[in-house]
Amino acid sequence: MEDGYWLLGRLDWQALPFVRAWRHPSVSEWIGAGAGGLVVIAALAVLVMLTRRKAWRRLWDGWLTSLDHKKIGIMYVVIALVMLTRALIEAVLMRMQQFAAVGDPGFLSPEHFSQLFSTHGTVMIFFMAMPFLTGIINYVMPLQIGARDVSFPLLNSISLMLTAAGAALVMISLVVGQFSTGGWSAYPPYTGIQFSPGVGPDYWIWAVTLSSIASTLSGLNFAVTIYKERAPGMTLFRMPLFCWTTLCTSILMIFAMAPLTVASLMLALDRYAGFHFFTAEAGGNLMNYANLFWLFGHPEVYILILPAFGVYSSVISTYSGKTLYGYKSLVYATLAIAVLSFTVWLHHFFTMGQTANVNAIFGIATMLIGVPTGVKVYDWLLTLLRGRIRFTAPMLFSIMFLVTFVVGGITGVILANPPVDFVVHNSLFLVAHFHNMLIPGLLFGMIAATQHWFPKAFGFRLDETWGKISFWCWAVGFYLAFMPLYALGLMGAMRRTSEWLRPDYSPLMLIALLGALLLFAGFVSLLVQLGVSVRHRDRYRVPVGDPWDGHSLEWATSAPPPEYNFALIPRVEARDAFRQMKRRGIAYARPEAYTDIAMPKNSAVGPIIGLAGAGLGFALTWHIGWLAVLGFSVIVGAVIARSFVRETERLIPAASVREHHERWLDAVAATPRVPRVQELCPSNRGHAEPMA
Amino acid sequence: MSAARYSYVGLNLREQDAQAEHGAQTLIFGFWIFLMADLVVFALLFATYAAMSVHGVADGPAPAELFSLKMPFIETLVLLLSSFTFGMASLALKYSAKRSSLAAWLLVTGVLGAVFVAMEISDFATYISEDQAPPQRSGFLSAYYLLVGTHGVHVVSGLAWLLVLLVQLAVLGRVREVKLRLLRLALFWHMLDVVWVCIFTFVYLFGASA
Repeated sequence: MEDGYWLLGRLDWQALPFVRAWRHPSVSEWIGAGAGGLVVIAALAVLVMLTRRKAWRRLWDGWLTSLDHKKIGIMYVVIALVMLTRALIEAVLMRMQQFAAVGDPGFLSPEHFSQLFSTHGTVMIFFMAMPFLTGIINYVMPLQIGARDVSFPLLNSISLMLTAAGAALVMISLVVGQFSTGGWSAYPPYTGIQFSPGVGPDYWIWAVTLSSIASTLSGLNFAVTIYKERAPGMTLFRMPLFCWTTLCTSILMIFAMAPLTVASLMLALDRYAGFHFFTAEAGGNLMNYANLFWLFGHPEVYILILPAFGVYSSVISTYSGKTLYGYKSLVYATLAIAVLSFTVWLHHFFTMGQTANVNAIFGIATMLIGVPTGVKVYDWLLTLLRGRIRFTAPMLFSIMFLVTFVVGGITGVILANPPVDFVVHNSLFLVAHFHNMLIPGLLFGMIAATQHWFPKAFGFRLDETWGKISFWCWAVGFYLAFMPLYALGLMGAMRRTSEWLRPDYSPLMLIALLGALLLFAGFVSLLVQLGVSVRHRDRYRVPVGDPWDGHSLEWATSAPPPEYNFALIPRVEARDAFRQMKRRGIAYARPEAYTDIAMPKNSAVGPIIGLAGAGLGFALTWHIGWLAVLGFSVIVGAVIARSFVRETERLIPAASVREHHERWLDAVAATPRVPRVQELCPSNRGHAEPMA
Repeated sequence: MSAARYSYVGLNLREQDAQAEHGAQTLIFGFWIFLMADLVVFALLFATYAAMSVHGVADGPAPAELFSLKMPFIETLVLLLSSFTFGMASLALKYSAKRSSLAAWLLVTGVLGAVFVAMEISDFATYISEDQAPPQRSGFLSAYYLLVGTHGVHVVSGLAWLLVLLVQLAVLGRVREVKLRLLRLALFWHMLDVVWVCIFTFVYLFGASA
C-alpha cells in the first residue's frame, strides 16, 4: 500500500485529463482535457456569479432547501437541460468521429470513443430523460389533481438531491479519472474487475445506483400523491390523462428500478469483494446480469415514454379545442402497456442462446405492445379530427411525434421478430430504432411540455418564432440523423464502432452528421428562445394564468401559482374540470371564506443527503475509506436528526391567502378575455375566451 | 367520514381534525408501498439464488453439503418470537396506560433481534472458516450471502430504528409521530419475518434436503 492511500485512495495526478493531455498529447486527449476544463470553468463561473450577485442565500432559501413541488420540478428540469447539453455534444462528437473514421482511425482514440457512447447513453437515460420527466410530473401532476403538494415533500427533495448527486458524479468523471467504456448497459464480464480494473465502471455503478434509488422514491411519492391527494370529486376517471400516465410510470418505477439497483450492487460486489455473480468463472453467469438489467431496462422504456404520452394527450386536446377522444380507451391502453412492459425484456438478447420457443414467446409479447400503442395513436388522430387546430410549437412537436413514432414502432415490430433480430442485432439499425422511439417518444414530449407549461411556471409565454425554428431543426435533424442509420445497419455497420473499413458508408455518415448538427442547432434555438422570452417577458406576461384555454385544473390558478397552488381546493364535477367551469361560468368564483393553509417548512436534509451521497459515491469509486464512512454516517445522521424535528409545517394565515387571492381575482376581472386567434398576441394576458 | 373508518388497527391517535387523520393514513399507505418495493428486491435475490444454487455451485460446496437445519431453526424461532413480542408492544401501545410496558416489550424485541443477528454472523463465520465456503468461492455462495445478508442488514437497520424510537419514547413520549413510527416499524419487522420464513423454506429446508 502506497503512502497517502488512506487519504486519497486510488487518486493520483494521472487521474486529471489535463495531466494526461500534457503527457500524451493527441487530439483525443485534448478533447478530453477541454471537456474537463469546460466543466471546471462552468462550475467556477456559476460560483463567481452567485457570489457577486449575493445570491447564495436566495438560492439556499428559495430553491435548494425548498420542499415546494413546483420548485423541485423546475430544478429537475434544470438538471436535465445541463445534462442534455453534455450528451448532445457527445452525440455530435461521435457522429464526427464515425464520419471521419471511414478507412481512417479518426480523431478519437477507441478508448475515448467508448467513453463517449457510454456516457452519452447513461446521461441521456438516467440524467436527462429521468430528471426531465420527473420534473414535469412534479410540476404539473399535483396541480392537475388539485393538490397543494405531493404526499411526501421532504422525500421529494431527497429524490431530487440524490439525482443531482448521481449527475454530479458523471460530471466529475470528466475532470477526475475516466468513465466506463462498457456502454450504458455495462454488461459484465467486460465491466468486471478483470477486464476493467479502472474507476470507470465504478463511476457508472454509483451514479446509476443513486439515480435508481431516487427514482424508486419518486415513483412511490407520485403514486401515493395520486391515490391520496386528489381534490374532492376528482375521481380516478376524471383525472387528466397525464395523471394516469404518471400513475403508471410511478408504478413501473416502484417495481422496475429495483432490478437495476440489485444488478448494479451485484456488479459492485463482484468488483469490490471478489463475488461471482457475473464473472466468467466459479459459477458466475453474465446472463443473470442481462436478465436483471433488462427486467429494469424494458419497463424503463415505458417509464420514459408514458409521461410523454400524457403530455401529448394534454397538448393535442388543448390546441384542437376538443376533449380527448376515447379517454377510457387511452387509460386502459396505458395500463395495458404498463403490464405488458414486464413481459418483453428478453427481446433485448434474442441472440444469447435461449431456445427458439422462448424467443418466439417474447417476440409475440413484444408485438402485442404495438396494439395498445396503436389504440393511442388512433385516439390522438381522432382528437385532431374536426378540431380547430392551432399549430403552436407544442402542437407541432406533438404532430411530428405521431408521424415519427409510428415509423419507429414499425421498425420495432420488425426487430421483435427473432430471425430478423438475429440479422440486425447490435447494428446501427437498432440504434436508429431506439432513437426513433425515444426522441419523439420522450424528448419531443418533454420539449412540448416545457412549451406548453412554461407560462404557468414563470408567468410569461415563450417566444413562438424561436419555438418554431427549434421545431424545424429538431424535426428535420431527426430524420437526417437517424434514417441513414437504418440503411447503414442493414449494410452491416455495427453499433459502438470507432472505425470503418467500408468507403460506401461515407455519404450516409455525412448525412447523419449534418442531422446531428441540426439537432444541436435545435437545442441551441431552445436556449435562444428562453433568452429572447426572458428579455421580452413583459410583452408575454399571462398573469391570469390560462393562456391556452386549458382544460385541466393547473390553468385555474394564477401564473405562477402561489406556493399553496389553490387558495381554495377546487371541487371537481367532471372530466376536463376547468373547461367545464369556464363553460358553466363558475371559473374564477370568489370564495366565501378562506382558511389557514399549512405548508411544509424548508429543510436542509435533502441537500445534505445529496452532498453526502455524492461524497459516498466518489469515495467508493476511488476507494477512499474515510470519506465513504463519513458520507454514509452523514446520511444516516441526517435522517435520525430530522426525526427529532417536530415543527415541520408553517401556517399561512387566511388573511394573507385572502389578500393574495382577491388581488388575483381583481386582475382577472380587469383583464379582457382573448379569443384563440389572438393567442400569440401581447393581448393574451392569460384570460381565455372559452371556445364554444 | 366516521373516525372509525380512518383509524388504523393498533393506533389510537384520537386525531382532532380530518387533515391530521388524512396525514396519518397517507403515511402508512406510503410505507406499505415502500415495503412492496423492498419485497421486489428480495424477490430478485430469491430468483438469483434459485438459479445460482443449482447452476452456480462450480467446485464449491453444494447447498446440501453446507447447510444443516439446527441453527437456522433456532434462528427462525428467535425471529418469530421477536415478532410476537413486537405484537405485544403494539398492544401495549394501543391499550396500556404505562409507557414502561411498551418500552419493555420493545426492548425484548430488540434483544431477540440482536440474538438473531449474532447467530447469523456466527453461522457465516463457521461457513467461512470451517467449511471454506466464503462468498468468493462460487456463484451459489455469492447469491447465498447476498440474500441472507440483505435480510440481516434489514434486521440491523430495524434494530437501529428501534433504538432511535426508544430514545424518542423517552424524550418525546408517546406523541403522534412516535406512534406512527412504531406502527411502521412493526410492519417492517413483520415483513422481515415473512421474508425469513421464505429464506428458511427455500434456502435451508429445500437446500438441506436436496
